[in-house]
Amino acid sequence: MKQTPSQTVGPFYSLGLTQKRMNVLASDATLGERIRIEGYVFDGDGQAVPDAMVEIWQANAYGRYNHPDDKQEKPLDPSFLGWGRSGTDKMGVFSFETIKPGSVPGPDESVQAPHINVTVFARGMLVHAYTRIYFGDEPGNATDPVLSSIKTKVRRQTLIAAREEKNGKPVYRFDIRLQGENETVFFDM
Amino acid sequence: MKIQGYNPRDWKSHPPYHFEGYASSMKRAPLKRLAKMKQTLSEITGPLFGPEAVQPRDTDLTRNAGTDGEAMGERVIIVGRVLDEDERPVPNTFIEIWQANAAGRYHHEVDQHRAPLDPNFIGAGRCMSNEKGEYRFLTVKPGPYPWLNHPNAWRPSHIHLSLFGPSFVTRLVTQFFFPGDPLIPMDPILNSVPSKSGRQRLIASYAHDVTEPEWALGYRFDIVLRGRQQTPFESDGR
Repeated sequence: MKQTPSQTVGPFYSLGLTQKRMNVLASDATLGERIRIEGYVFDGDGQAVPDAMVEIWQANAYGRYNHPDDKQEKPLDPSFLGWGRSGTDKMGVFSFETIKPGSVPGPDESVQAPHINVTVFARGMLVHAYTRIYFGDEPGNATDPVLSSIKTKVRRQTLIAAREEKNGKPVYRFDIRLQGENETVFFDM
Repeated sequence: MKIQGYNPRDWKSHPPYHFEGYASSMKRAPLKRLAKMKQTLSEITGPLFGPEAVQPRDTDLTRNAGTDGEAMGERVIIVGRVLDEDERPVPNTFIEIWQANAAGRYHHEVDQHRAPLDPNFIGAGRCMSNEKGEYRFLTVKPGPYPWLNHPNAWRPSHIHLSLFGPSFVTRLVTQFFFPGDPLIPMDPILNSVPSKSGRQRLIASYAHDVTEPEWALGYRFDIVLRGRQQTPFESDGR
């Protein structure tokens, strides 16, 4: 059977998808360093996109995914699913309250640097786009197999969130550029 | 660790990011070549939602507005199966839908179409597919509505769907249409699908076996998500 074609979420997706708040992944019980992720979604003119939606999927603080196909012997965190969703607001900003994930295995005995898997939807996007958030202060980025597969530093840099402090709390800033000179790296996999 | 990956996206079925007929795609389409990535543990896992994600009334859009009233419009029953490319059912997967009301207006502040809102209709529903991959909603048929894409542009009646499937890479957002709608051949969003057979697969079929006498018409819309590759490959790490 053939795959059902993708279509845009359209301008009114919030009606079906973001009525409940879904951008807080970590509760008090969750293990790991509390972080906030925030950023803009920009279009090809550098205009912020107020009707985009971002979803994230990540491992827990030990580096284990809450999914039966992750058979690693690391502990699960019962208080952490690892998934979240945020619409962009009128300013084009999305945000998540989560924890920093641990490392997970990569191909050929490699180790992937901590990262968050991202899907981007918007009015005007007929197909969602896949990208990843890496953390600017992680030494493992230098040997990460996926980051290393992006040949130019400028392109690689679009996947790396810079760490800032806001009111004493760590915030990783990750802007998504759908198009243009600094277009975010989007993956096909 | 063995990684059993999923089939790649079938770009003969999916639209391109950049489609001339759809004005909003012009500045929002990624234009650089997508970076090829071998699937890892991050891609073959994904969120699995439990039954608590859904309330019983979430499948009845004619009655889930939080009023005691019933939505206006032509009542329709939407059924279908969620399958993978090998025709295996995708059970227990979270499905969300949203749509305009019978007059063609969304319960959304951005929608300024001069058509009435229905106080008894929100236009959002959700459910889990069952063990056989089946789902079912009761709703009203959405009306067509105008948009500003080109002169005298109207969207055909359609319902939006969002599905997860078993992994990060099986995610799908789509929409389906109703058979016989004269606006279908003119719709740039549907026409962005490159193949005729792909476009046809987004049109639900009338299902008389689902139609309930003196109650509601039935339509069937099956959904096919990316299938799983047969041969696992080695991926070791710590």
